[in-house]
Amino acid sequence: MLIPVILYGIWVIAPIFYTIFLSFTQWDGLTAPTFIGLGNYVDLFNDPIFYTALFNNIKWLLIYVLVPLPLGLAFAMFFNRSLPGVKIFKTAIYLPLTLSFVVLSQIWTWIYQPKYGAINVTLEAIGLGNLTVAWLSNSDIVTYALVVVGCWPQTAYTMVLFLAGLQNVPTEVMEAAKVDGANRWQRFWKVILPLLKPATIIAVAVTIIQSLRMFAIVNVMTRGGPFRSSEVLANYMYVEGFKNYSMGYASALAVILFLIILLFVSVYLYQIFKTEVEY
Amino acid sequence: MSKRRVLWVGSFYLIAIVISLLWLFPLFIAGTTAFKSMNEIVQNIYWWNLPDEFTFQYFAEAWNQGGMSRYFINSFIITVPSVLGALFLSALGGFALAKYNFKYNKLILGIFIAGNMIPFQMMMFPVFEISNVLGLYDTYLAVILFHVSFQMGFCIFFLRNFIRTIPTDLLDAARVDGSSEFRIFLQIVLPLTKPALAALGILEFTWIWNDYLWGLVLLASDNLRPITVGLVSLQGEYLSKWNIISAGSLIAAAVPLIVFLVFQRYFIQGLMMGANK
Repeated sequence: MLIPVILYGIWVIAPIFYTIFLSFTQWDGLTAPTFIGLGNYVDLFNDPIFYTALFNNIKWLLIYVLVPLPLGLAFAMFFNRSLPGVKIFKTAIYLPLTLSFVVLSQIWTWIYQPKYGAINVTLEAIGLGNLTVAWLSNSDIVTYALVVVGCWPQTAYTMVLFLAGLQNVPTEVMEAAKVDGANRWQRFWKVILPLLKPATIIAVAVTIIQSLRMFAIVNVMTRGGPFRSSEVLANYMYVEGFKNYSMGYASALAVILFLIILLFVSVYLYQIFKTEVEY
Repeated sequence: MSKRRVLWVGSFYLIAIVISLLWLFPLFIAGTTAFKSMNEIVQNIYWWNLPDEFTFQYFAEAWNQGGMSRYFINSFIITVPSVLGALFLSALGGFALAKYNFKYNKLILGIFIAGNMIPFQMMMFPVFEISNVLGLYDTYLAVILFHVSFQMGFCIFFLRNFIRTIPTDLLDAARVDGSSEFRIFLQIVLPLTKPALAALGILEFTWIWNDYLWGLVLLASDNLRPITVGLVSLQGEYLSKWNIISAGSLIAAAVPLIVFLVFQRYFIQGLMMGANK
């Protein structure tokens, strides 16, 4: 028992506190950190790239909540039946979940390629050539193009969570609702959805956390460009720390990201706590 | 079956097939591109044209000249000990937290769960610094140690809940027979925890294999890089050679994909069990 505690303490817990300390210092990663109080945070609030990254993270979050969550629920409802062969379809939907973000990024970079990529080629072929865009080098569109890549595995993930929740919906309840004359929609809204509440809370929390800490897709596909327009906090932090050697400043970014996530996680924990009190 | 039912089931299959095909479209693109020559890609731009010839030439180029073979081995060297280490230590830790009452038991469990929710970016610079100070920076061990430690948060929580369901009477009986605690762990707890370990192992294998950040942060030498970081350098080396990049992507995807297809039941079970917190 001692070994896990020590390892966890050194590699996970202590670093968290050290990062908080570093965020109050100026540090290049080589010499000793100098304490500068709130200096990094003051700089942060005057840093336009910070606002771009923050704003992009909010875009990631909103789209993640609005697309993969309902779509995952719809897929779960649709594929939750006992017909032969359903397992094969489920396997197909789960598949992106097993791929690394780096692999997803490479495949999609190719699909988005302006001249030979599958999307623009298709648009040209069906006569919508005026809709073709340089998906990854247009600063108005690039973030949305990146979020789509993330939505692909995230939808599969929320589908798994909702299917797990649907296992807890007893068939007797469904039968009873049917006998009482509830139609499909009524059964969904009045019976299934309330029973899925715990699964939904988990899916929302996981989705939000994923959207806020996204790093790999941005780092691999655009490195935050063009002109920092697709920057997100996690990648900005990496660039500041390991490319510009301002680890103090990067730590302040990490703390801000941490606080934002903490805000959501605590709302989520509070929800769980509240529902437990209610019942 | 009534006529209506036939119609209904038929439309289900039709919709399901359309969704699945659309869903896997990106993989189809990668799959066909990896067999096309650059000439073919540029001149015959339509993706619905299948490759002219069926050749593994581009896979071979990514594997040999592109260095994917080296990265592939590196990923195994990093992933296998990380998974085994995390599972073994977490089983020990989970056992202690599930079956012994000691001071701070709940507190320690709470810390493991909380640590699991913290974004790993919070640990990036200190872990880099610790690895530097310990002389581990740019070694496999730096990455392995971090993975083992960080994944314990999730694994201990997961295994503790599972081990709690093992009846304590069983352990007491072994104690009466004079078994040591470690023996009880090895001979009774571990075998009974097998299903949970399998689910967790598959899940952890996929996660660690697919990790990108820590291979990037803790390793500098090209010949130590895991396959995810390697795939990015392949892209830099073969800029715009989409057939080779697609082949490289498929090589990087192959292992988790096979693991998933063979052990799908465990994979999904693991995700579901982990979610029912």
